[in-house]
Formats: sequence, C-alpha cells, structure tokens
Amino acid sequence: MQLTAEERAMLAGAEGPAVQKAMQIVTALGEIYGAEGLVPIGSAQIAGVSFKNLGDAGLEFLEEWAAQGARVRVPAFMNPAGMDLQRWREMGLSAEFAQKQQRVVAALQAMGVEPTCTCTPYLVGHVPRAGEHLSWSESSAVSYANSVLGARSNREGGPSALAAAITGRTAAYGLHLDANRRPTHWVEVRCPLRSEADYGALGYWVGRQVGDGVPYLRLQDRDVRAAPPRQEHLMALGAAMAASGAVALYHVEDVTPQARVVATFAAPSGVPTTAVVTTHLPTLVVDDLSTAYAALDSPLDPIDFVSLGCPHSTLADVARTAELLRGKRVRTTLWITTSHGVRERAEREGLVAPIEAAGGHVFADTCLVVAPMEELGFKAMATNSAKAAFYAPSHSGLQCRFGTLEQCIAAALSGHWPGPPAEGSARS
Amino acid sequence: MIQLRGRVIFRGKARGQALVSTTPIGFLGGVDPATGVVVESGHSLQGQCVAGRVLVFPTGKGSTVGSYTLYRLARSGLAPAAILNARSEAIVAVGAIISGIPMLDQVDIAQIATGDTLEIDGDTVTIGRSGTQEKHEDIKPQRHKGMT
Repeated sequence: MQLTAEERAMLAGAEGPAVQKAMQIVTALGEIYGAEGLVPIGSAQIAGVSFKNLGDAGLEFLEEWAAQGARVRVPAFMNPAGMDLQRWREMGLSAEFAQKQQRVVAALQAMGVEPTCTCTPYLVGHVPRAGEHLSWSESSAVSYANSVLGARSNREGGPSALAAAITGRTAAYGLHLDANRRPTHWVEVRCPLRSEADYGALGYWVGRQVGDGVPYLRLQDRDVRAAPPRQEHLMALGAAMAASGAVALYHVEDVTPQARVVATFAAPSGVPTTAVVTTHLPTLVVDDLSTAYAALDSPLDPIDFVSLGCPHSTLADVARTAELLRGKRVRTTLWITTSHGVRERAEREGLVAPIEAAGGHVFADTCLVVAPMEELGFKAMATNSAKAAFYAPSHSGLQCRFGTLEQCIAAALSGHWPGPPAEGSARS
Repeated sequence: MIQLRGRVIFRGKARGQALVSTTPIGFLGGVDPATGVVVESGHSLQGQCVAGRVLVFPTGKGSTVGSYTLYRLARSGLAPAAILNARSEAIVAVGAIISGIPMLDQVDIAQIATGDTLEIDGDTVTIGRSGTQEKHEDIKPQRHKGMT
C-alpha cells in the first residue's frame, strides 16, 4: 500500500500513540482488503455508542484512547445511544445504565465527536456531497449516504470509523472504488408499494436474497411510477436491506442519483440499458410482499408497546403522528424516536405537545434497537419499521406486529392490532 | 521443526501453545471477557480458555463490538498470546491492534494442531512439537501434558 510521507510519520508515531494506533487500524484494514492507498474523508459517523452494546470493555477502551490524546480531525458524529440523554428517567431506565452511558458519550466528546446521537445525520445538517469519501458506520446511514446522496462509504465498525476520524483518512477499498458500485442483482418490483412498511418489507426480502450485493431496483407498478418514493420510503427500504442482508448501496431506476451512471457501466453504447443489465445480472422478481410480511409480522394480542422512528423519524413523520394523535389518548406505551435536532424543531412547531398530551413520548438520541429494552419488560411490540421488526426478537426479546404508521397508531390507541390498511390491501 | 509464513496484521513476538478452532470465532457473546473461556454453545472450543494460548482459527465473525471483547481480555491478562488466521477480517484485526496482540493472517493453519508450541516473530511462525521428533507421535505429548 502506498502511503504519503505524512501518513508514514503518523504510523511511525510522530503524532503520538493515539494517532499511531488509529493509523495502524486504518492501514491494517487497507492491507486486509487490498487497498492501494488511503483517501481523505469528509466526515465520520461513529457507531458503538450504546453502552448496551459496548459494555465495560468498550467504555474502558474509549476512555483510554481519549486520555491518550485521540482527537478527530474531520467532522465526526455519534450514532444513537442507549437512552435519551435528557429523558432517560422518562424511559424507565436505571441510573446505573445512565451513568455508564453518559461516560461513553463524554469519552467520545473528549475526542471531538459531536453528540448528535442519530442514525440520520443527513437530517440534521450533516449532508455529504456526491462523491465524497466517508467513514460512516451505522448500516442504514451508510446505505442512505451511498445510495440516495451518492457519497462513498464502506460499512465501518465503530473503532474503524473512529480511527478514520482520528487520522482523517480511510483505506480506498470496497465502495470507495467505482468498480464496486455497479449493480450485482437486477430486481423487478411489480407489486404496488403504498407505505413505508411496504418499502421496508420489500427491503427485508431483497436483503435476504442479495446479501452484501448491490441491487438495482426497477419499480414497475403504475402508481409507484406516478408517485416515486419519498425520503421516508427510501430510508425504510435501505435500512431493511442493510439489516436482513448487508446491503450498503442500492440503486433505484429513475430515483437514486447514480442509477443511470451505473447502468451505463454495464451497457455498450446504443443498447437500451435495462435490457443489457437484465441479461447480465441475476434477476429477482417481486410480485407481492406477503412472504416478507409473514416473516416480520407475528399475530400478537394485546399490544403493550408501539415504537416508531427506526431509522429516526423525520419532521414530516412526527407531524403525521401528531395529527393522528391530536385530542386522543394512547393505551400502550408509545415511543417516537428521533434525533434531538428534529425533536427540537418539532417542539418549536408545536408537534411534540399533542403527542405528549395523548400520552406518547418523543425520545431523542436513542431507539429500541440500541436501548436496553430487556430492562423495561414489554411483551408485544408494534412498529412500522421492517428493520426494527427484524432486530427486535433477537436484540430486545420482543415479538412484533409490523405494519403502517396508521396501523401502529391505531394499535397504540386501542391496545390491539387493527385490520389491514383500509384503502386496498398493501399485501396483495 | 516447521516454519510457516503469514502476513502481519499486528507485529510482535509471542510464544505459546496452540489452541486450534476449525470454525470461525465471534468474540462478542462467544468468549466470556471475565474468564477468557469460549462460551458459544456448540462451538468446537466451548469450555476452553484462550488466555495465553496462540489462538488459531480460520476467520472472525459476528458483531464489530467483538473488537472490544479482545481489548477487555487483554486488560485482564486473559488475551491470547497471539492470533493466527487463514483470512483476516475487520473485527478481530481491529481487536488485535487496539489490544496489542501479535496477529498474522494468510497462515496455512491446517499445519497446526492444538498443543503445538508456537513461536511467532514478525511474519514467521515456528512450530515446535515438544517431546517428539516424529510426526506420527504428535498425539502423544498432548496426552502426557494432560496427565501432568
């Protein structure tokens, strides 16, 4: 691997042991994955923030690295923590957990990592440029940055993203290189997609099929072509593919920015792109979503916990939820999880008050995937997130109902799962 | 005496008895950080302690937080003396680097048996089979060790 003089000096310890260790990590990964050199990164998003996942081992390591003088040299920001940093008592968590969690955040802050505590940094001002190299680690954030924003990031582990932030560089392999951003699977989606739950279910199924491939999706339903996916739909789709598979990049024809570019890589000039790609790639056809729903949605009753906001809710989703709850009263515990940036905006716009008046909670900085749910004793959860429904049984010991945001709110209000969505079944 | 070559992931010198797994190891949830014992149910090394051994396995698996499990083992003096992999991946590599555990990959691990005395120096692994010069007696010294 080719290193610059500055990089070699960092590796030799010229900038101290903290930088040396970071450079050892960055260069070792470069060697392992066959990189020819390093590239400067625009930003780093650091996972491994929740004390639930880090444990004492991770906490000790972060505190020690910070004490050694480790400091980030590019903008770096945290993934969700195990709790709302302000409202953890309202969540019902123990002081012991909260204290350890606060130490994790303090150690990362000492290194200069911003306590954004979100999987959606792109909703709170950290929007990478197309083509920019990044070291992001949360899988849905990586997917969104690569696919929807056209930036370039591998799925980093927590320590490797932090090492990249400390050195300002990452090894140029994987999705940093053009050759690895081309599609590996062609996915014909013929069924309607009517909600974020439908996009999540589709993502769950595609992720299971393609593993760590790069799917190229063609949404053929007439209504979908007339009304292309919204931001929330793409977030749900990407998060689910990254959870059930290891998809860090996908393309949607006529929707995501690189879809046209990658299609032309595969197509000789003058030949209709889609035909060529179809011929050369393994093809998957999605006619309906019933298999995906069957895997994610368990028939549970009653419901005692409803969780929205995985990935973290957008302002529009908080507004939708507030509208559905206005003047009503929930019977279950209801969490809407989001970034504190979005929560503050929602509060200013009067969207938090109606949710809290209905008995719901808007929590920042955390989500059910990384919070210590086992401390809270819920039995049956409802969610509109395919990613949450996929992880909850193994990470949180919770079985799930899975459906639209409207179905989830109905479940929160009655304590029971409602029938299928009113306007034509989403699960044809 | 056999010498094997590998690729250096974290450079160092180490000596210890081999503990060989033919299947991947996931450290988070797979190895108890308080004891160094492999606790993954059904794993071929279940019940064995990795402390002070040269841990030999094909590759890592599981959560990236597993890097920190290795670090915790090292802080408690329960880390492997060295790690040899056939094919390295990020979790174990990062764990070895932050914990200061000598590590090589691209090693022909089929040449190594549990109980072999290994010496690691840079990119070289020297296999000494204590108490025997003949390959077909490999099993014998291990039995003796078990009894003493």
